[in-house]
Amino acid sequence: MDALNLIAAVQALQPDAKVREQTDQPTLIVPAHALVALARQLRDDPTLRFDLLETHTAVDWLDEDRFELLYLLASVPLGHHLTLSVSIDRDEPVVPTLCEVYPIAQWLEREVYDMFGILYDNHPDLRRLFLEDDWVGFPLRKDYEDDFMLERPE
Amino acid sequence: MSVHVSTLQARISGESTASSPLSTEEYFVNMGPQHPSTHGVLRLVLRLDGETVREVVPVLGYIHRGIEKMGEHGNYRQFVHLVDRMDYLSALANNWAVTMVVEKAAKMETTERIQAIRTLVCELQRIQSHLLWWGVFGMDLGGFTPFFYGLREREQICDIFEKTIGARLTMNYIQPGGVMFDIHPEFVKDVKAFISYLKPKLVEYDALVTDNVIIQERIRGIGKLSAERAIALGATGPVLRASGVAHDLRKSEPYGVYSQLDFDVPVGKDGDCWDRYWVRMEEMRQSVRMIEQLIDNIPEGKTFMVKPAAKIKVPAGVHYSHLETARGILGVLLVSDGKEAPYRIHCRTPNFNNLWCIGEMATGGRMGDLVAMLSSIDIVVPDIDR
Repeated sequence: MDALNLIAAVQALQPDAKVREQTDQPTLIVPAHALVALARQLRDDPTLRFDLLETHTAVDWLDEDRFELLYLLASVPLGHHLTLSVSIDRDEPVVPTLCEVYPIAQWLEREVYDMFGILYDNHPDLRRLFLEDDWVGFPLRKDYEDDFMLERPE
Repeated sequence: MSVHVSTLQARISGESTASSPLSTEEYFVNMGPQHPSTHGVLRLVLRLDGETVREVVPVLGYIHRGIEKMGEHGNYRQFVHLVDRMDYLSALANNWAVTMVVEKAAKMETTERIQAIRTLVCELQRIQSHLLWWGVFGMDLGGFTPFFYGLREREQICDIFEKTIGARLTMNYIQPGGVMFDIHPEFVKDVKAFISYLKPKLVEYDALVTDNVIIQERIRGIGKLSAERAIALGATGPVLRASGVAHDLRKSEPYGVYSQLDFDVPVGKDGDCWDRYWVRMEEMRQSVRMIEQLIDNIPEGKTFMVKPAAKIKVPAGVHYSHLETARGILGVLLVSDGKEAPYRIHCRTPNFNNLWCIGEMATGGRMGDLVAMLSSIDIVVPDIDR
């Protein structure tokens, strides 16, 4: 399915989904509360069949005071791709977990918790993945600081 | 709304499960981080009931270097160096994955020659990676001979790389806009000599290991992974293909010059350790086929379209591209705000996703088979931790 048809098909399932600009793959902005239901529909719909959660990560938009969560979905049998983008408040970073739809999300979400401190509601085993349990702070946040940090070139 | 965050200590402590003097008791055992069969610093905490594995809890982070954070503080060309250190057996494919997303985002052009050289060296490195895996797999099963054989052949590929690239492991060869150097004048001759040397060796490997009854009895029927579970657990590469899913980006979304090459995608049937073994052995033969088609047909042309500049301007936005390394899909997600350094760069590494299949494979199986299963996934720990 090409990008335009794909976006139309997903918007038929979730009318609140808006197209995210400045991306090279079809990307839709989805409200956090609709994420799990939509992902399940995307996986089970016979014309979409997004069965692979290729990766999941977050972007810290410090200036806009929000985290953007990106879910990169792919369909192994049909070969198309779709990205879901969920924006959440930086002060209360809670989002429902996708573990029940995509089991791999359990570990991808643990990495995002470890690096960004995003809390996944209903996650069966939410804890740090790479860092120690008593590590202070979340390193991939833009306001994280330690003594050895490099300057970002302008 | 409150979300509960757990700790490793809480995860692996439990009440005694023995309910009567006759029942067995479960206990936790550490495997790694310093264990010869975990190939690096992977730690697995196993919940065992006698010899039976009840649960596998991987504990990561022993070689976490924060490559993604470092990437935010350097320019795109510097990031190519860092990804060499992820999956060091597929350094060229890692370089290419970053190069691909930068070239796509910044709309840089390449020549046919560049694409052909990239494809050629990546297929050579795929053979090199599978040779090392084959040797180590034999050693994990208790046979030392394959390790020497595998490394002997692999050494020749490293020598070929050394002549052209100047490095044997961390290549930093494929760069946005081209490749660092043109191929060495003896490259074509060396590769041809190596291919004609390797082909009878692969037959010898079959006689030594593949057709060996002891090996077959050892790895058939253990560590089964169904196609549905493999996809749900995010497995890609030979692990997914061994479960019967013919998903290979070289076929389904061809990059480089793969669309001009004639090759097959080997798939397994049962998804057990044997199928994963067989798929990799067959992939080596397919890579030999591809190299044979390419080696006499490298087009003439430049190896850099324009003089490489240190700074690359990537337009603001989210860019993603992926390719097939020896272990599966490596994707690079690039979020740019238009500056010299990426705003956020994330690598979807094949080993990270493949590792979690070990829980599915090993649960209910024997402790002794776990080593064979782990080896059949072919993990490289720095690629998991990044």
